[in-house]
Formats: sequence, structure tokens, C-alpha cells
Amino acid sequence: MKHTLSVLVENKPGVLVRISGLFARRGFNIDSLAVGETEDPMLSRVTISVDGQDQPIEQVTKQLHKLINVIKITDLDPNSSVTRELVLIKVHATSETRSEIIQVVEIFRAKIIDVSASTLIVEVTGTKDKIEGIISLLRPFGLVEVVRTGKIAISRGRKRT
Amino acid sequence: MKVAAKVMMEIFKNEGVEVVFGVPGGQVMPLYDALMDADLLNVLTRHEQGAVHAADGYARASGKVGVCIATSGPGATNLVTGIANAYMDSVPMVAITGQVRRPVVGTDAFQEADTFGITLPVVKHSYLVTDEHELPRILHEAFYLARTGRPGPVLVDLPGDVATALIDYDPDNPPKLNLPGYKPTVKGHPRQIREAARALAEAEKPMIYAGGGIIISEASDELRELAAYAHIPVTTTLNGKGLFPEDDALSLGMLGMHGTRYANYAMTNCDLIFAVGVRFDDRATGKVETFAPGAKIIHVDVDPAEIAKNMAVDIPIVGDAKWVLCALIEELRKLEPSPERHVPWMRQVADWKQAHPLPLREDPDGEIMPEFVIRKLWEVTRGEAIVTTEVGQNQMWAAQYWLAKHPRRFISSGGLGTMGYGFPAAMGAKLARPDLTVVDIAGDGSFQMTSQELATCVSYNIPVKVAILNNRYLGMVRQWQELFYNKRYASTCIECQPDFVKLAEAYGAQGFRATRPDEVEEVLRIALASDAPALMDFRIKREANVWPMVPAGSAISDMLGGGEA
Repeated sequence: MKHTLSVLVENKPGVLVRISGLFARRGFNIDSLAVGETEDPMLSRVTISVDGQDQPIEQVTKQLHKLINVIKITDLDPNSSVTRELVLIKVHATSETRSEIIQVVEIFRAKIIDVSASTLIVEVTGTKDKIEGIISLLRPFGLVEVVRTGKIAISRGRKRT
Repeated sequence: MKVAAKVMMEIFKNEGVEVVFGVPGGQVMPLYDALMDADLLNVLTRHEQGAVHAADGYARASGKVGVCIATSGPGATNLVTGIANAYMDSVPMVAITGQVRRPVVGTDAFQEADTFGITLPVVKHSYLVTDEHELPRILHEAFYLARTGRPGPVLVDLPGDVATALIDYDPDNPPKLNLPGYKPTVKGHPRQIREAARALAEAEKPMIYAGGGIIISEASDELRELAAYAHIPVTTTLNGKGLFPEDDALSLGMLGMHGTRYANYAMTNCDLIFAVGVRFDDRATGKVETFAPGAKIIHVDVDPAEIAKNMAVDIPIVGDAKWVLCALIEELRKLEPSPERHVPWMRQVADWKQAHPLPLREDPDGEIMPEFVIRKLWEVTRGEAIVTTEVGQNQMWAAQYWLAKHPRRFISSGGLGTMGYGFPAAMGAKLARPDLTVVDIAGDGSFQMTSQELATCVSYNIPVKVAILNNRYLGMVRQWQELFYNKRYASTCIECQPDFVKLAEAYGAQGFRATRPDEVEEVLRIALASDAPALMDFRIKREANVWPMVPAGSAISDMLGGGEA
């Protein structure tokens, strides 16, 4: 089972390397990782996706907790949290295929943010399913590059993540 | 405003630092200049590895934070082994390293190394000081982190121009610590403790498996009380030696790869393990799948990540060992467990103990056996000395035959297994406990890794004693080659070695040698009676092995040699 760990950390130099080093050292694999400042500039939020089948999530969490700069870890329940990822997709587009691509983009409520004679850049935000869906539909046109932010997540309702 | 290096001396004083170990260099010159006027002992070692192990030995013998100092680049990298060693054995330590001046950090400047990055996996926490005004808070945090919770080494990497900057510091009003993510759990969960008490009261074949955490937590008395009150045999890990008197009838000595047969049999056959301050290390458990197959396990540790890391646990208790033991004994007394129910088990354990004692071998060729030296050393010091060990056969013989009676008096590199540790650690221990005899039980291979510290001992008149069990082999590896590599002794014969007696004398220490058993006691008596650092070269039976032994990956009940019935 995939787990989404939301890790609140002190916004200090070296924190990310401590976390990534810990994963490497203990043999845990990271599927996706996203970092950014929170509403409090002293704190950052690291969202890590890990596969709980390959590694005991309890041990991952406990080892993370030992890092002095880690303040709080939440293993987000998919039913009571919202996850999103932003992806930029550069796709081949000729005058023949351009309108077809635009149709796909509209269906997925994505955006075209750059146009050139031979390419389009599509910006899409959503869950994993949505992103994989649009990528698979755009793939036949020829993907030049795909750049993903990594998944971020927040808990639903009043409860803080 | 004061010079930061001077402020560091005030902070050392505030934190109770009595001694620092180190080697100077370009980027720590301001620090060394301030040390000249500081009210503490500054010990110059001959190598940074000597400094870090000495700080470690000092910390283990005293329970205080050990402090070591090295300059940037090679000075700092020379500390790495010792920092990793302290990390593995949870030793409170603050390591201060010089770093190149801030404007040139990241430019591959002279003697620049990324010390923060290199040490990251082997520290409890670390700091690169980039703002001189943060230095006082950082240094206070370093000491606090090093000694609280599960102790460990904390590194402070200090650019040379930070040490000379002007900062404010009021020793009566030190800066507040800022550690929002650090809250070690001291108090164990009451429900878990009640459940543990019930399990202990119901067990028919219980065992206590205790380790270094008891010594760190100063909980030896409580553990002894529990064992005596509930009639439970005690086995310890290597770093647990001394937490329970090994001449007590309830003691089964050390368990594991070179543990006693009776400890390993008892662990394999018990129905309950009360594990406290241990981490189910592979050297203790052997093959995990066959470790104590019929036992329920209670595991007490201050570090939640140790619980269920190597072994599934039935009753986990996160908390400080002393606090948990006090609460547990109280709960157990309420249940008034009957001592009768352990009688058959205690009889069984006593039978094992009698049937499989550690062998005291006599050599048919009249050569010195290692256990003879260790037992004689114990007799001469009445077992009151602090013993440090090197790593290898010497360490395991010491663990088997030295009956440790007190906590903080058996000091050994457990987790990392660092050759060259014992001698500098003995220096640190002697400075912590000048009232006690301190002996490094050494091998000739290990001792040669840090023997240059003889100069430090002589220069500061630190009268530690080194007892080399000299077999002119890297003996533990040779033993494995004998058993598992068809006696092909690849790179383990070290017949070319210095004359250790002359080596000691060359440094201004005393040197003695014994080649026959009847010379051992006299050498020990003379060497231990002297006020000077002294080295004893005991020429032991060359191919003497450590028995019993559990081959790697086997069950701990499958032992080779030593006390077979």
C-alpha cells in the first residue's frame, strides 16, 4: 500500500539531506518527494510517498522522528486527505495534431502554457490517476519531456495536517 | 561583546566540562588560544582518533559528555571513526571541528572538507555554524542533545572566522534552546508497564536481557532489585557488562556469539524475555528466527525506533530504563508473585551453569593461556579496576573471563567494533576516575593502531596500564580463517612487530614481558603498582581460540567449543 507521509520540519539548512540520507541509508525507497515552506516561514513541509509493502512504514516513521529537525509526521489517510501533483508536459504538435491535443487538454481541464511551431507545453494538476490518464493520451503524439513536482497532500476539514 | 572562542570556554564551564581532548590546526587556533586560559584540562593527543576515543572513554567512565576538538579537513576526517563508534554505542559526546573561513567555504580551500556531510549518518545531530550570534545557543543545544534521551555524538563545525568574531553571552542568562522537534519520552506508558508486570508475575521461565541502556540510565540498582525480588536470571550484552555483578548467582554473563553456553541455552528455552536497554543486535541474537522461539518479549527502550526494529515484540515500553524499572517493580510488588513458581527453572539454569562452565584451559606446552592472564588480573585488582578492551579475540576473552562487578567499569567498542579504541579510551577513563586502576586488555594488532598515544599518557602522566595478549596474529580473523577458510591465514600473521617493552620505554613508559604462566602474576603486580603508564607484553599461546562460538547466521544454541558436556 502506498503511504503519503506529511513531515513538518524546521526550515533549516541540511534538513532535506538528513531525510533523503536516512531513506538511502536504511534502504527505504522514495516514490515521490516535495518540499516547500509552510504558512510559518520557520517551518517547511516535506511530502513523501513511500510503498509500505517494501518497507515497514512504522520503522520509516520512527527513524524520521529521530531526526532532531523533524517536528511532526502524519501518515495521511487517503479518505480524509486531498492529494495533488502538478505536471508540465511538452508534447510534439503539428498543425494536423494540434487541435486534437487541445481537445484532450480541455477534457482534463489542463492548460496550454506555451506554444511553438512543433510543440505545446501542457500544465495539468490533479491526482495520480488523472495525471497518468492525460500522459497516456498524449503519449501517442510524442512526449518530448515530462516534469513533475511530486505529490503534495493536505488533510480534509478543520484538522491540521 | 566577547571573542566567540572565549565564550566557548565559558559555555564549557557552564556545561561542566573538565577535560577536552584534541589536536590543534589552522582553523582551531583561536579555540586553542582560548583554551590556554580556560579552567579545564586540555589534553593534546598524538592523533585525532586518540582524542575522540579518549573523549568516548571519559564519557563512558564518568557518565558526562566527552569533548574532542580537531581542525578542519584531515583533523575532522580523522575523528569520523570515533564519532561513528560513539554513535553506535550511544555515547554522549560533543565533537568540535574547525572549518575553513566562511567566505571560502565551498571553494575547495586548503584543508577544507565537508565535515557536516561526511559525518551526517553517524551523528545524533550536527551543526555548521554560519552566524556567530547563534554559536552560544548551538553549543548549549549540542550538550543537551548529547546527554539526553538516547545519548550520542553531536558535531559542531565551526568556521575559523566565527571563532574570532565578537558576540554577546551572559553565562547567568544563557540563550534558550530551540528544539521543537526533540522531546524524548522518559515515562513509560502505565498500561504497558502493568501488562509487563503481569507477564513477569505469570512467567515460569523468565530471563532478563539487559544492555548498555541500563548503564546510561544509571538503573543498575533498580535492575538488581527486580532480578532479586522476582528471582530472574540476568544475561547482558557486551556493553551491559557491569550493570549486574557477574559474580552473583543470578548472573549468566554475556549472551550471543561468544556468550556463555548457559546464557544462550537459557535465552533459547525461556518463556519470557524482559529486554531492557538492548537493541537485539545480531551478535547477541544470532539467527533471529530461532532466537528465543517460545518466549514472550517485553522490550523497554528510550528510543522508539529500537522497538520492533530487529525483532517482533509483545509488550513494547518506550521510556527511560530507570523510570520504567521503578514503576514496574512497584506494579510487580502489588501482584506478589510467588517465588515458588521459578524453582524448576532456576534449577535448570543452575544445572546448565554447572555443566557448561567457561573453560579454564591449561596449555600442554606450558604457554600462557589468555584467560589465565585475565583471571590473574581480576585477582590482583579484586575485580575493581576499570577494564577497557581493544577489538577482536582480546575483547571476547575479556568479556568472557572478566567478571564485571560495577557499571561504567567495562568499556568496549560494541557496535562498531573499532580496533585501536581501548587504549585511548583507557586514557579518558583514567582521567574520569583517577581513583581506579585502569587497564586496557589489548591485542597486539589493535594496540598498534593507536599506540602513539603512549606519548600522551607519558606527557600528562596518565598512568593507564596496557595488557597485550600478544599472539602475533590478527587473532579473531585468523580464528575465522582456521574454522571457515581452511586455515589459509590471509593477511593475519603479523610476526613483524615492535619489541613492545622497548616501545613503551622509548616513549618513557614502563614495559614488562611475561612468556610463561608463572611470570604473569609478578608482571601484573609490578606494572599495576607503579605510578607510571605501563605496558605488559603477555606472549600467549598463538593459536588459542575464543570458545564457545556461534557461527555467523546460526542459532545461539548451536555453539562450537567451550564447555561442551
